[in-house]
Amino acid sequence: MENKTSLSLLHKILLIRRAEEKIVELYPEQEIRCPTHLSIGQEAVAAGVCEALRKDDIIFSNHRSHGHYIAKGGNLKAMFAEFYGKATGCSKGRGGSMHLIDLSVNFLGSTPLVGGTIPIAVGAALSTHMRKEDNIVVIFIGDAAVEEGVFHESVNFSALKKLPVLFVCENNFYSVYTPLSERQPGNRKIYELAKGHGIESYQADGNDAIKVYEITKKAVDKIRSGKGPVFLEFLTYRWREHCGPNYDNDLGYRSVEELEKWKRKDPLESLKNKLLKSKTILQAEFEKIENEVRSKVEAAVKFAKESPFPKKEELEKYVYSV
Amino acid sequence: MEKRQLTYAQAINEALDLCMKKDPSVFIIGEGVPDPKGIFWTTKGLKEKYGPERVLDSPLSENAITGVCIGAALTKMRPIMTHQRVDFSLLAFDQIINNAAKWHYMFGGQSNVPLVIRMMIGKGWGQGAQHSQSLQAIFAHIPGLKVVMPSTPYDAKGLLISSIEDNNPVIFIEHRWLHNIYGEVPNGIYRVPIGEPKIVKDGNDLTIVSSSYMTIETLRAVEILGKLGINAEVIDMRTLKPLNDNLIVKSVEKTGRLLAADLGWGSVGFASEIISRVAEKAFHSLKQSPQKITLPDYPTPTTQGLTKYYYPRYVDIARKAVRMLGKDEKKLEDLLVAEKEDAPLDVPDKSFTGPF
Repeated sequence: MENKTSLSLLHKILLIRRAEEKIVELYPEQEIRCPTHLSIGQEAVAAGVCEALRKDDIIFSNHRSHGHYIAKGGNLKAMFAEFYGKATGCSKGRGGSMHLIDLSVNFLGSTPLVGGTIPIAVGAALSTHMRKEDNIVVIFIGDAAVEEGVFHESVNFSALKKLPVLFVCENNFYSVYTPLSERQPGNRKIYELAKGHGIESYQADGNDAIKVYEITKKAVDKIRSGKGPVFLEFLTYRWREHCGPNYDNDLGYRSVEELEKWKRKDPLESLKNKLLKSKTILQAEFEKIENEVRSKVEAAVKFAKESPFPKKEELEKYVYSV
Repeated sequence: MEKRQLTYAQAINEALDLCMKKDPSVFIIGEGVPDPKGIFWTTKGLKEKYGPERVLDSPLSENAITGVCIGAALTKMRPIMTHQRVDFSLLAFDQIINNAAKWHYMFGGQSNVPLVIRMMIGKGWGQGAQHSQSLQAIFAHIPGLKVVMPSTPYDAKGLLISSIEDNNPVIFIEHRWLHNIYGEVPNGIYRVPIGEPKIVKDGNDLTIVSSSYMTIETLRAVEILGKLGINAEVIDMRTLKPLNDNLIVKSVEKTGRLLAADLGWGSVGFASEIISRVAEKAFHSLKQSPQKITLPDYPTPTTQGLTKYYYPRYVDIARKAVRMLGKDEKKLEDLLVAEKEDAPLDVPDKSFTGPF
């Protein structure tokens, strides 16, 4: 792998991590007043997948979408402003954390109803397919989305029409507090479901950004060459509560040991150490990147806090498009 | 020169054809769209003309295919989705209500969903509880959707063209019993604007508001009322959402009486909304309490033994109007006897021999 690529992965992961840690820090101020789903611990999937994409490739996402938005190059200031409900937010204060969008980087939208954006992504792929363009579409889902009927309807249609769409499933083993074992049969893997619909499907470690990038790159090349959709299941783990800034191991639905096990597979530390060890990056260089990332996040927060709320007259805007 | 007459189905077909010809981003998808009968002949011949890439059949996946259409619409296409029964669209409510209706608003007006969803409503021939509902009020309740229900071939073509060119999700509702009616339809592209009701008959005694097939029943009733010296004004809504009530308010200010006729159920329905608007905006013009003609609040039975009592028809409209105006009910009944039915009540006309 080129050094440029691994450094870009590190940069993406670091930016997601520091941005979300900032949310953790600020959430108690009660100024971010919207449901907020953090992806700390899962950043390697967002970084690895987006690193394998072109700017004109399209992304749709779900409730846990900060990482995908950042990794695709979404505007950080507009994202924080959206958390704060400001007029300068990426959805002009109508979306909050659960409805991110940045058309300039083809992040076409995230929504929180599980499975809701799957067919929309497939429809965008139908569009590019009909126009014979070579950009592809990626849809990020979680492990519970495959329990929705619309997942199967969508995969079936994408397979039928050989559409240029990549399904990325981040299996973090929990849907809110309900473990996978309570929701799906243990003798059947998630990626096998997609296989059953006749598309190529693989499972991989979702905490190793380099591996995520490599397998995604292969899948993307295949899809771009017109060979139809691919499904990738990445095993990973969210460190914090389903929604909100805190740890929640005290609730008892998952153990501290389990969290600690996954923390030892921290996507940030493992990539950083690998790159330091191989001398792809020096400690001083890392610190420089770290400082840049931190000041970028600070600037975004400052922008968000100083931005105005939308005005009363704005309320009835955008019901219909003219 | 004699004006050209087309059926409502032919008018729909022509609108689709013209829009597909004009704009390569328009495509049609739905269960059975390219089948031999072409959705009651409305999509007939289009696959041959525009190819299977633009006239797509569909797996039985109403929710996903609606989402697919939304995704296509967000990326510069203009899809037209077709449900042979409105009832099938209930499987797609997540996509219609949560996504199509809200996408423009919840992302601050940055993207939009130019999507037409054609839905058939209807009655008769034992279609029953799950094949003949009239759910326009549900769609009209949702901000972000537009809902149109044309009653004539002219309006069907003009409104469908407007709907396809509109940048928002439009629910385009067709009553099965309208597909075979004839009317004047000009050649070429013309538009009937969304959001404009129309006075289809002038009058001073009473305002009757209706839409879709109910306008046909209303006009028949109004003809009989004329023989009794009652001069009713009829407003065909054409668009239910966004609801433009100006014409209705003005008309009630003139007539002082309102009868709202709708194909749907009574409770929390479209007729109730019309009455509510008039109560808010023209209360002091009312000479008596407004009335409505709707389905009773129970599901549709299948047997003709029961459906003949279930569906309100022109006779019910005429009776209600005569009572509102305190006219001679006996005279009306004599006229109704003279107007003897020439077809069973579960078909639109004698040529209809089932199954749908």
